Amino acid sequence: MSTVLESLNTSLHQAMTRDERVYMIGEDLMDPYGGAFKVTRGLSTEFPERVLTTPVSEAGIVGLAGGMALRGLRPVVEIMFGDFITLAADQLINGITKFHWMYNQQVNVPIVVRLPMGGRRGYGPTHSQTLEKLFLGVPGLRVLAPSALGNPGDLLERAILEDDGPVLFVENKLLYLQDIIDPSAEAEFVLISNTTTETYAPTYSLTLRDSPPPILTLTAYGYMAELARAAVLKLAYEHEIFCEMIVLTQLSPFESKTLLPVPLLTSIQRTQRLLTIEEGGITMGWGAEVVARASEAVGDALQSATRVAARDIPIPASVSMEEMVLPSVDTIVQAAKKMV
Amino acid sequence: MPDDQALYRGLYRIRRFEETVLNEFSSGLFYGTTHTYLGQEANAVGVLDHLQKEDIVFSNHRCHGHFIAYGGDPRALFAELMGKKTGVTGGRGGSQHIHWKNFYSNGILGSTVPVGTGAALAEKFKDSNAVTIIFLGDGTLGQGVVYESLNLASLWDVPVLFVVENNRIAQTTPIELAVAGEIPPRFNAFGIPTTELNTSDVCEILPTARELIAEIRGEAAPRALILHTHRFGPHSKGDDTRPEEEIKRLHAKHDPIKIHAERLDKNARTIIETEIDAQISEAFDLAKNDPLPAYI
Repeated sequence: MSTVLESLNTSLHQAMTRDERVYMIGEDLMDPYGGAFKVTRGLSTEFPERVLTTPVSEAGIVGLAGGMALRGLRPVVEIMFGDFITLAADQLINGITKFHWMYNQQVNVPIVVRLPMGGRRGYGPTHSQTLEKLFLGVPGLRVLAPSALGNPGDLLERAILEDDGPVLFVENKLLYLQDIIDPSAEAEFVLISNTTTETYAPTYSLTLRDSPPPILTLTAYGYMAELARAAVLKLAYEHEIFCEMIVLTQLSPFESKTLLPVPLLTSIQRTQRLLTIEEGGITMGWGAEVVARASEAVGDALQSATRVAARDIPIPASVSMEEMVLPSVDTIVQAAKKMV
Repeated sequence: MPDDQALYRGLYRIRRFEETVLNEFSSGLFYGTTHTYLGQEANAVGVLDHLQKEDIVFSNHRCHGHFIAYGGDPRALFAELMGKKTGVTGGRGGSQHIHWKNFYSNGILGSTVPVGTGAALAEKFKDSNAVTIIFLGDGTLGQGVVYESLNLASLWDVPVLFVVENNRIAQTTPIELAVAGEIPPRFNAFGIPTTELNTSDVCEILPTARELIAEIRGEAAPRALILHTHRFGPHSKGDDTRPEEEIKRLHAKHDPIKIHAERLDKNARTIIETEIDAQISEAFDLAKNDPLPAYI
């Protein structure tokens, strides 16, 4: 059994071994430190020529990586805390994500920017956020977020080696030490992994093994999938509410034809109730878009929809206040109970 | 060293292109906005004359002169400004966002500086021996990401030439209100050797640029070239707030075309001008008749 952190670290080693065009760029990447969260540990020892430890210049290094990608390399940038991606927003929005289209499809920009996001570590307002919603819907940008399900390292490796466009890879910090949940070894849940032709990023569906038909669809990504999984158990065992949970690993773009991943749509059609769960702030968030798309896609079949998300205030440093802002297993359970 | 006639051809081609753009904007054929290179022609011709095939150029919003000096097709650029399918980027980019071969431009000031630095670094990793030229202006010196890039370029010995075209005015804001201190120390502070030229004479820019590009290619290290220059036209179309006498004075004292024309006899000049006038006029007419994109 390995952790999400080990899976990601192994995949970075593999990507650099398999393709010498892969470069690792970021702050404090050198061993023995190996990056603030140790995801890049060992790389600078194994590939000293291709790991660039950088000054504190998020805009500069993301732009630099964009230029390297334009010229045929496949750079991976680590932003130490995902919060700092705002410093590089211009490089992403007005440059890297536009080059392919704006230059009439004459260039590709294969760059992966890794973003450790999320709270519950007491880092306070500027080191605990879940900011990817600011980048969802940016044309030309793929936003991926692994969870503990399946193979997070494989998702990262495919983004690095196979994706010819820019990718934001959102890693919730609390996921790092979680054990990976292997579908074949899962006893409690039936876990099905689905892929579509539009993306290499899988969508997972989970239902409790041998349970009655679900009456509520939960959807989440990243670490929130862990909380949602705990909520599904609680709802079943304490409240006899049976749910199906759909976990997305691609947040943007959404499916162009079906509007949402098919497993999510079929689940909504079955249960007619949708609860979205995200760690980012609730207003204008991922859940809002999912609900809007669900409504457009299934019409009256969607009887009720609710969002669980962070409150629209900065993430406090204090542990008690942080818990009041971020979604928890309890807030998910309470929201679900109100819907059935 | 290219001959005087070839240089004159290069300068005059940009001049005629840009004059056509400004004159025809009112006819409604062009769409959007534009930033002409009038008065700065000697910079593009003097710097880009030394490029080898593998070399790379990153340009800014004022990119027409750079593009044409790089060898870009005036018809494709006219077409791009008209939003035509045959444009440099098929009408997607417009005046400020073009790409052809190893030439890239973007309209966000300063944003090209890290990207160009990264492109140059990639070429160094690939051992291609390519030099990357990044054009920026005095206005762009206000952008923080420029200094992040200078730091990276110097730390990692990136083979790049930063060319600052200081035309002393950013849109309507004079340099005195926007750039504190001097320009060269901003590069020197990062350990980047800096050369300054105060001229509109292509024959003065040419040898200096050649030397710098050779140094960069030889040493794989960055250099900066500050070119004090003069913008004759408005920032874009009709937004020049400078007094007319000032513009007249600039034309009289600092016109790169007039300065270089002195080196040619009248006959040779007339032949070149007639030839280029016809080329630009033909390019314009062809672009005018090109189709608009029918789908996206």
